[in-house]
Amino acid sequence: MGRRVVVIGAGAAGMEAAGQLAKAGCSVTLVEKEEETGGNVRNWYHLFPDHRDSKEVISYLDSRVAHKNLTLITGTTVEDMEQDHGQFILKTGDGMALEADAVVVSTGFDLFRSERKEEYGYGIYDNVISSADLEKMFRKGEVLRHDGEIPRRIGLVHCVGSRDEKVGNPYCSKLCCVTAVKQAMELKKKLNTARVFCFYMDMRMGGALYEELYRESQEKYGINYIRGKVSEVSENFDNRLVVKVEDTLAGRPLKMELDMLVLMAGMEMSESGARLARAAGLKTGENKFFAIADHHFGSNKSELNGIFYAGTCTMPMNITETISHARAAVADVLDYLNTLSG
Amino acid sequence: MQFDPFVIPFNVGLYFILIYAVVRSVIWFRGLSRPDKLRLQRGFFGRSFGQSIREIFMESLIHRRIFKASPRLGYMHMSLAFGWFLLILFGTLEADIFGEKHLNPPYKAIFFKFFNPDHGRSGLEAVWAFLMDFLLAFILSGLLLAVIKRVWSRVVGMKKTTKLKALDKVAMLSLWSVFPSRLLAESFTSGAYGTGSFLTGSLGSWLSSFLPAHEMAYPFWWLYSLSLGAFFILLPVTRYMHIPSELFLIFARNSGIRTGDRAGAFTEMQIYSCSSCGICIDVCQLNFSTGITNIQSAYLLKGIRNDKDVSDIAFNCLMCGRCDQNCPVGIELTPIRMIQRRAGEPQLKAKSLLKRYFPDNPVVQPLKNGTEPAFAFLKPQEPEKTDVLYFAGCMTHLTPSIKNAMISILEASGVKYTFIDKDGGVCCGRPLMLAGQTKEARELINFNSELIWKSGAHTLVTSCPICYKIFKESYYLDVEVLHHTQFIKDLIDEGILKLNFSRKKVTYHTPCDLGRGSGVYDEPKEVLRHVVRLQKTDADDENAPCCGGSLGNMKINHHQRHKIAVDAVRMLTVKDPDILATSCPLCKKTLAAATGTRVADIAEIVAEAIVPADPVKRFTDPLHRMKQPVI
Amino acid sequence: MDKFGFTILKARHINYDANDKSVAEYICEHEPTFRVCIECGCCTATCTTGNFTSLSLREINILIKRGELARVNENLKKCMLCGKCTLVCPRGVNTRNVITLAREALKNKFKDAV
Repeated sequence: MGRRVVVIGAGAAGMEAAGQLAKAGCSVTLVEKEEETGGNVRNWYHLFPDHRDSKEVISYLDSRVAHKNLTLITGTTVEDMEQDHGQFILKTGDGMALEADAVVVSTGFDLFRSERKEEYGYGIYDNVISSADLEKMFRKGEVLRHDGEIPRRIGLVHCVGSRDEKVGNPYCSKLCCVTAVKQAMELKKKLNTARVFCFYMDMRMGGALYEELYRESQEKYGINYIRGKVSEVSENFDNRLVVKVEDTLAGRPLKMELDMLVLMAGMEMSESGARLARAAGLKTGENKFFAIADHHFGSNKSELNGIFYAGTCTMPMNITETISHARAAVADVLDYLNTLSG
Repeated sequence: MQFDPFVIPFNVGLYFILIYAVVRSVIWFRGLSRPDKLRLQRGFFGRSFGQSIREIFMESLIHRRIFKASPRLGYMHMSLAFGWFLLILFGTLEADIFGEKHLNPPYKAIFFKFFNPDHGRSGLEAVWAFLMDFLLAFILSGLLLAVIKRVWSRVVGMKKTTKLKALDKVAMLSLWSVFPSRLLAESFTSGAYGTGSFLTGSLGSWLSSFLPAHEMAYPFWWLYSLSLGAFFILLPVTRYMHIPSELFLIFARNSGIRTGDRAGAFTEMQIYSCSSCGICIDVCQLNFSTGITNIQSAYLLKGIRNDKDVSDIAFNCLMCGRCDQNCPVGIELTPIRMIQRRAGEPQLKAKSLLKRYFPDNPVVQPLKNGTEPAFAFLKPQEPEKTDVLYFAGCMTHLTPSIKNAMISILEASGVKYTFIDKDGGVCCGRPLMLAGQTKEARELINFNSELIWKSGAHTLVTSCPICYKIFKESYYLDVEVLHHTQFIKDLIDEGILKLNFSRKKVTYHTPCDLGRGSGVYDEPKEVLRHVVRLQKTDADDENAPCCGGSLGNMKINHHQRHKIAVDAVRMLTVKDPDILATSCPLCKKTLAAATGTRVADIAEIVAEAIVPADPVKRFTDPLHRMKQPVI
Repeated sequence: MDKFGFTILKARHINYDANDKSVAEYICEHEPTFRVCIECGCCTATCTTGNFTSLSLREINILIKRGELARVNENLKKCMLCGKCTLVCPRGVNTRNVITLAREALKNKFKDAV
């Protein structure tokens, strides 16, 4: 058997990295806090930009980790990490001690808890939901208001918990804009008569085929885009939501009644990642994600030799980027292990 | 020996300061408004006289409040003030009992040893000499602390010490040299004559063993007299003016005079009563959370005394009232700051020396009249008649859970109510007041008052302590104004609201404008005790920290506000509560952004605890607050 | 000289080069957060005064930056300083102080200033 590597977190990044490392001959232990693998990918229905069912990605990832060199441990967390003569000893929540020559941290992200943006009324008004809630509705096959009615006017609010100093997340989560576009299109597909409005500050369509998706949403689906950040949401007497926003391009405040409001929750450093950072003394950056060693040459490296990062535990990424980042981590790990044997 | 030229500086200083004190008191008295003059006359010759004397003893001499804040700082102030007082008192008695004759001029007591070098050899004389040495040692120990405080302020329990201007430094050095020069003068004299007790005697005999004590003594007696004289002459133009000012202030305050909203003689008395002790700096959250250390009340008052432009200082303040609460002299610091905010642009001019001794009363520019109204666009409203008006307040619209909780509570209470600003209302006016724009604030007050009056309501309930404070203070309403915590308490007391008890541990954060600002401390806690387990902390009631969100501060940025909030949360959650309760939408929002603990308004906690009522049993006016209909 | 070519309507332009940007500079100096506005309009949307009149804080912000001061002056005095704008701003602009500073700076520029 080769060198021992522990991968923490079996989401897209962890599964891809663990699978590749196993293939390369390492003895890999993949630790996952949930009972199931797949991480955040499991929460999505169809993926942008090509509306692929997320189940396809899950089965791809499952196939990656089915390898004889790979041991999967689910339902446990890594609580502490120590280094002793180049050897890492990882203590898990259920009392195991895992030894490793190298560690890949792939603890992923958490979606911003929308309750924290109280003025939007998540958890207060029944028909204010998050982007993740909407994906569940898509998966279930029905998009309904809390009272069972079909929503006819739906608003999507961009930048909830992103680009917002007041919730402590000044950075852009990068993917909420395209998620909104994708969800708006799917809403129109499901509810043909509904009118869908996206409230945005800036449309950040930087990824492959994003801009095309944006254009398609206007051209084929008639999605309405209103440039303005929603300031607050209230409920009127017949349980419809009233959003307050300035239509900044028209230069006038706009009040709109809606049947449903979807909050595009941003991405944050995961709570389990933050706990691990504290326990293991790993540096986090301004945006609270793990701090990478170098923006150009070391996006998979931590400041400690032998500990590597993969995926959205370092910054917001889409699935494509996550998988590429995980593969790049594998290259760094193998390189490091070579120096050990040499 | 009855006289020596060296006593002249002391005598000049003493008679100067006595005459000055009388003249300044007359000026102050004349500067008071007519009702305040009557108050002071009644107070001075009335019952509060004893109270004032007691307060002067406890605060000006013993410095009880400073002791409470910091025992070491208290000791420093006490040893200097009370020690010096006793030294003068026993010195005068000494001169009277042991001197050549009775009723001596004051210098005979101060320089007793010089004129009676043989005194203190035996019997009562020796006991007395011991007492005098003991008092001198007592003062010197305090002086040592004062010197250390200047060099290294933490030793006396202070985090920060005030910065001094040049004249203050001269006065301070002359004060500092008073007691060491007395010690050396007395010691040399004692050494030369073989008298003196444990301090001056021992030091004297040691010094005289290698120095010509007789010749050395005289220059130190000169230094002692000069120090005293210089200190007295400089006192009126330095921070030491606080010593006589505080005496006058205590009488004025105990007579019932308050700052109000205009500058005047009382304000000036307070400004001069500040001893720059620095306790306001210690308790200021801008100091300990954000490191802003030049805007605290001591600096504001110093700036006003020195005719500096204090507008930046005046507006960089949370207006939380923590310094008022802790000021050992009891100066109404926040009202004084409000006056400064209204003052508009300062008229700065260099002061002549005479003006420094006899400054003009602070003048506040009159409000601009005849200008266009700012809010002419507000059109008169015709509200529907109702019993209870609910005014959520601007900020509550950003915390819909508070708004919804209040609607559930109002519905459950069965009262006839109108949610007056359901779709947004007009601001209460306090933010404009805090910005010093009284005229504009008055416009809003008048507009809202008319609306409230037209509604015919007997009770006005608000969720926002900022609104509550101005409704209580600056509106002339014939309705009962309640913060929602008070309203809920009434509903519970009258059995209208039935609530479940939960075993959740809750800590309560008192909002500034509700607690220190309006004196509402108990009702919120009583409501909480009905529904949850209320925990006590060191940050309860008047010790509550500001959340950092305060509308009072115009200057700080949100990073600084967040730092204040993080520290406030740390103080409030020491007992790891399940819920951090507050009763202000702005506090809730600010605190919630700084903690993982759930932050909830009392209204939310109550709304969650409501036992669903029997819908048939509804009252028209369960609070029995029906008043005569308004015509 | 005779005119030739097309007559362009000058009033349509923001005459950026000629406009007075001193107010913007004054505000930036005393309230640096003024610089970081991204014109999202959250302040205008939440504005208490905005329920009654055409005050737009976002517009005031951009007009000051462009030096179009006449329109700013007209609207500034309508603000009630309630502070909601400052509370909701995602960029942490201290809008309340911006308004106060703008009033100060404009005081000397217009006879009938706020």
